[in-house]
Amino acid sequence: MSVLVYIESPKGHIKKTGNEVAYYGAKVAESLGTNCIAVVIGKADNVGNLGKYGVSKVLHVNADQEIEFDSQVFTSVITQVASENGANTVILANTANGKSLTGRLAIKMNAGNVSGVNSLPDTSNGFVVSKSVYSGKAVANYNITTSNKVISLMGNTLQIQEVGQAVSPENITVALPATKLKVIERKTSEGIVPLPEAELVVSAGRGMKGPENWGIIEELASALGATTACSRPVADAHWRPHHEHVGQTGVAIRPNLYIAAGISGAIQHLAGVNNSKVIVVINKDPEAPFFKAADYGVVGDLFDVVPKLTAAIKKYKQA
Amino acid sequence: MNLLVCISKTPDTTSKISFKSDATEYNSDGVTFIMNPYDEWYALVKAIELVEQNGGNVTVINVGPASNDIIIRKALAIGANDAIRVDLENGDAFAIASNIAAHAKSKSYDAIFTGKETIDYNGSEVGAMIAELLDLPYVSYANDLTTSGNISKITREIEGGMEICEVEGPFVLSAAKGLAEQRIPNMKGIMMAKSKPLNVVAATGDALRVKTEKFIVPPGKTGVKLIDPENMDELVRLLHEESKVI
Repeated sequence: MSVLVYIESPKGHIKKTGNEVAYYGAKVAESLGTNCIAVVIGKADNVGNLGKYGVSKVLHVNADQEIEFDSQVFTSVITQVASENGANTVILANTANGKSLTGRLAIKMNAGNVSGVNSLPDTSNGFVVSKSVYSGKAVANYNITTSNKVISLMGNTLQIQEVGQAVSPENITVALPATKLKVIERKTSEGIVPLPEAELVVSAGRGMKGPENWGIIEELASALGATTACSRPVADAHWRPHHEHVGQTGVAIRPNLYIAAGISGAIQHLAGVNNSKVIVVINKDPEAPFFKAADYGVVGDLFDVVPKLTAAIKKYKQA
Repeated sequence: MNLLVCISKTPDTTSKISFKSDATEYNSDGVTFIMNPYDEWYALVKAIELVEQNGGNVTVINVGPASNDIIIRKALAIGANDAIRVDLENGDAFAIASNIAAHAKSKSYDAIFTGKETIDYNGSEVGAMIAELLDLPYVSYANDLTTSGNISKITREIEGGMEICEVEGPFVLSAAKGLAEQRIPNMKGIMMAKSKPLNVVAATGDALRVKTEKFIVPPGKTGVKLIDPENMDELVRLLHEESKVI
């Protein structure tokens, strides 16, 4: 039985998250001794490049049609493709759209499912995957005991590598069920790596004193090539846009590097960021709880420290 | 409008986490439980607002043991009209969704609301499952909703932005921050909640599809390395050479 990976193509492009799912799916297939097939739905470019990440076949559904996301329609297409290709394991990204699909796919396929998986499965005795639970305070290992399985993958779980060659995608036509949902408008920020995908994140909190001071954070982020984020009080006060809010009630992220300036580190904030690989905390209060969760700490005035760090990064990049 | 709001019980975020039975079970001894904030602050309050504006009824449903009645009474105190508890001790997302769908099938709800996820498992699964079981459209991470006749206009969060959708007829929605403002129950609400109907119904049986093998509490950070604020070159060197993130 094959592994099927569903690859999102927002605005017709496959992003890093999509390549991660392909790479992860190919690894899962390898451990199960089978092959990994990718499915892309609707107009998208360079879909054959997924072959580079280890998938053996790319199925491009209705390649000339622009299809707005509707979980009901996409669930129908993915399960149809899975059944026609003998796939009993479906893997997708734990993105906004992925979250709308995972539960639906599990029902339609009579499958056991785990969402937000952060490891490759242990297939030595069943199919055991892990995920972070209880605000990042514990990791749970789950054994999916059904023959059909659906899992969604946390971003930045694996360091992807090119392991194969691009393939020629196979165009297929699937009749779409009628949609009861119409997307009438979309607003996204252009040219910025969205937080859930970002490898480097620079974040700031109330210690910034006001929105007019954010220039130094943006300069640090731009020197690093990082995405900016903020704490909840900052988003609540409308100093920064809501989509920048990381933490329990905002976005949960797991970048390679998280730099937090002027954030004390309340448990609700940590819940959204404590899966970051490396945490740097800049705070003038040496008693700030965030230092206990940090790898590197700088006790100092952020208005002094942040520009110095930006200068040091620029110097390093030029060297 | 006839609305159904699904609520669940979670440990308070600040709770200490420990496990029992060979690390296969969450140890709830001494833990304070709360109504899942996304269910309470956004899904429930939005449903109450819609009924205040348009008339109708808000039913809350919970799948769980009798000890969950405390959060159900709170939902009634905030303003839900009546409640159902499906009596089930340990349900996974599938069992919870199946039981809610089984109840909703015979009713004609205009919409079913859940929170965007629970704060303990962050599964984000139950709403999507209910939608599939009832063959309804599903809009996740909704932060704005207006209705006009049979058409609902819903704004949902996507990576780096948002999307505005229009849905025709009944739907399932998961609620994110922004959909409504938290309401604190007042004394009148708390008194009234005591006499509002809370019907307990038997669960339909379904085998669990996922088995918890083990919980692991990861070792904490080994201790922060403090860097001289005058020496940011050193921090950059460590980020490059020691932790290899830049």
